[in-house]
Amino acid sequence: MRSLILSIATRYLLPLLLLFSVFILIRGHNEPGGGFIGGLIAAAALILYGLAYTPAHARRVLRISPRVLLGVGLTVALGSGLISLAIGRPFMTGLWLEQSVPILGKLGTPVLFDIGVYLTVIGVALLILLTMAEE
Amino acid sequence: MFVVIFSGFLFAALAPALYRGLNRGTGWLLALLPAGYFAYFLNQMCVIADGGTVTAAYPWVPSLGVSFSFYLDGLSLLFALIVSGIGALVVIYAGGYLAGNPFLGRFYAIILLFMTAMLGLVLAGNLLTLFVFWELTSITSYLLIGFKHQYEASRAAAWQALLVTGAGGLALMAGLVLLGQAGDSYELAVLLERGDAVRSSALYLPALLLILAGAFTKSAQFPFYFWLPGAMQAPAPVSAYLHSATMVKAGIYLLTRLSPVLGGTPEWQYLVTLFGVVTMAFGAVLSLMQVDLKRILAFSTVSTLGALTLLVGLDTTLSLKAAMVLLLVHSLYKGALFLAAGNIEHESDTRDIRLLGGLIRYMPVTTAAVGLAAFSMAGFPPLLGFISKELLYEAKLQAPQAGPFVLAVGVLANVFLVAVAGVLSVRPLFRRKFEAPRTPHEAPPVMWFGPFVLAGLGLAAGLFPEPLADCVIGPAVSAARAQPTEVKLALWHGLNPVLALSIATVLCGVGLYLVRRRVRRLAERLSFLAAYGPERGYDLALHGLIELARWQTRGLQSGYLRMYLLTILATTVGLSLYTLLTRIDLAAFAAGLVTSLSSGETVYLHEVAVALVIMAGILAAVRSRSRLAAVAALGVVGYGMALLYIFFGAPDLAMTQFTIETLTVILLVLVLYRLPKFARLSGQTARIRDTVVALLAGGLMAALVLVVTSVPLRSALSPFFIENSVALAKGRNIVNVILVDFRGIDTMGEITVLGVAAIGVYALLRLKLSGEE
Repeated sequence: MRSLILSIATRYLLPLLLLFSVFILIRGHNEPGGGFIGGLIAAAALILYGLAYTPAHARRVLRISPRVLLGVGLTVALGSGLISLAIGRPFMTGLWLEQSVPILGKLGTPVLFDIGVYLTVIGVALLILLTMAEE
Repeated sequence: MFVVIFSGFLFAALAPALYRGLNRGTGWLLALLPAGYFAYFLNQMCVIADGGTVTAAYPWVPSLGVSFSFYLDGLSLLFALIVSGIGALVVIYAGGYLAGNPFLGRFYAIILLFMTAMLGLVLAGNLLTLFVFWELTSITSYLLIGFKHQYEASRAAAWQALLVTGAGGLALMAGLVLLGQAGDSYELAVLLERGDAVRSSALYLPALLLILAGAFTKSAQFPFYFWLPGAMQAPAPVSAYLHSATMVKAGIYLLTRLSPVLGGTPEWQYLVTLFGVVTMAFGAVLSLMQVDLKRILAFSTVSTLGALTLLVGLDTTLSLKAAMVLLLVHSLYKGALFLAAGNIEHESDTRDIRLLGGLIRYMPVTTAAVGLAAFSMAGFPPLLGFISKELLYEAKLQAPQAGPFVLAVGVLANVFLVAVAGVLSVRPLFRRKFEAPRTPHEAPPVMWFGPFVLAGLGLAAGLFPEPLADCVIGPAVSAARAQPTEVKLALWHGLNPVLALSIATVLCGVGLYLVRRRVRRLAERLSFLAAYGPERGYDLALHGLIELARWQTRGLQSGYLRMYLLTILATTVGLSLYTLLTRIDLAAFAAGLVTSLSSGETVYLHEVAVALVIMAGILAAVRSRSRLAAVAALGVVGYGMALLYIFFGAPDLAMTQFTIETLTVILLVLVLYRLPKFARLSGQTARIRDTVVALLAGGLMAALVLVVTSVPLRSALSPFFIENSVALAKGRNIVNVILVDFRGIDTMGEITVLGVAAIGVYALLRLKLSGEE
């Protein structure tokens, strides 16, 4: 079942939703939001695209396999914790840059960790849902 | 010393690649590593002999008091020399014994890993470090016993050894932790000073029992001995190295090491002595009953381990002196015998002593090694074995308790060992007849080098015992007694009772050797007793465990999701109710409920509306005859909950709930698409049962939440987070700050679990897809 309205709408919604998910991810530290929610929104957007067209289309838009995304996400999260270890502080000590960056705000390892969570959540959700949708 | 351990692991990792590159010469090259260690430890000897210790420490988990510390004194040195010295010979030997075996590279890797672990064990200066290495030796032993993994018997023996020593290892861990508590330190150097405090502690007895369990399983004491004869499935170099010279002595090492801390009490003396005496006699008698070359050696090893335990248990300076000498001499002669047995097996394809004969003609060098080693085992002068036996008798004569009994059993065991030495040497080497499957010839030099050196060392040490006494045995005894002790060793002690006992032992042993067949026949008539032995207990325990697992799996794992849910909910309700009824004042509970319900907080219309929508959704989901409709109804419930979160000021939670709910509905739709047509499967009774459980669970949760919220929360956490969120974590969204910073490790664990779950789902789906094709 292919709905023309949904297909056309999704084409415009997908970039907006993805952008929104990144926005949610970044604002998370100070306002409601964060990597987990952002990741779920991004996954939902891509799933929507997959339903409107086919799961294969969604994979093509994503370009990276969900499995890779999952691995990269976990590695980024772990890596953000290891940075403090490298300078002799306990594992996962939050480290922050002195200067804050325009638009993004303060940057530090917790932000990196949140990005890891974001990627992992997208990977997990899409790995399960896209595989199921393809059955 | 850190370098020693590190390089050992490094070479173990490199060994397979090295073997692929070099092939034949690998053994000689790799042997340079243990030989280098041997030289290093020899070099340390001068420091140790002067009464010094070498220590080194690296912090590991400083907050728990665990450090990667090393402690080298006379006792560690004796063991380290045995481990590295015999290690070098065994690595060389394995190159010949396993030549052509496709897994030789792997063998080198594991045996070097074992050697490193064993060195770590004897050098460890921290109880927990020691334990880690202890377990590593158990694991490498498992891998080496099962080296010929294509044979069922090898795998079973490896498994048995791992289970027995592993169970002992668990007990040991508990014991070491208790000991650490009692002495308020895990550092060996500190504990050795605090013996009195430990012995008077309430934790002393449990710690002692648990540590003894660990040591006795590892050192194959009765009734745990049975894994050791089973371990003879391993290749000969493994039997020589792990199962006679080093690993099985780890228990003895531990007992000796801790004897200044734990020893000196009646409990220690009775327990350790008793187990030692029984094992010593038992092993010696059974040894004579065997006809398999390696099993004979294994049981005589059990006997010697018993004797060592007994000596440690006697707890006198003399007995520890005897123990140290026996330890060394046993490693030398038994290592030589095992390697030589490997030669004989390798060249004649049999280990049955009834078939072997006349080996002196075919394998002169191996024969010489066997002869020397067997003489040392029987305790003939001028070998080191003679000195050892004299000391053994002397120590038993002066035993503080039950001296005559201990001495009598000791003499009996040695009589049997003399006879065993005869069985090992006389007939296989000198008999005319020869029935082995293959006519042997002398093994290549790479294979007689090891046994020859070991047997030769036994002779050399017997002839010139003074340097050995001064440099190795003396410091070892000093360390074991925790006080400087002078040790003199000599072949000739003069005409005394000990010498008379020695002569009597040899005469009786020869007599026993002559009537050994009659003894063996007698034993065969008693062999039905084996059905009641400890090994039978092991089989029963294992069988029972498997049956128990099967029974409870069948009961709990029905495979139906609804049954799982029912079990989980019913258990939760049951346990909560039980706690509620037995522990909580019910009147207060009811009062709390009333306070909560009549708190007079204004309830707004939109809140009531959402609550009604949720309840309508639930009803619709339960009553619906269409799965799709039920899913949609559940979605309504979820969104309603999210709305409530928003009303009560939890936007983060609400956002998560919204997105999760959306994805869940999509997921369910995708799954439902594949399911057969809706059907009502459960009968009336099942539905009533489910309703009762559901209502109970929901009602209980609601009541609990109401009661909990009736009491003002006085959590120290919330103010902390509110105060420190911006200051410490530079974020104003406290929920997110908790997730990514304060409790970041939790989140790390959660996303890992998510990832693993996703991979599991993916694997299941893919498996099914490819199965269909």
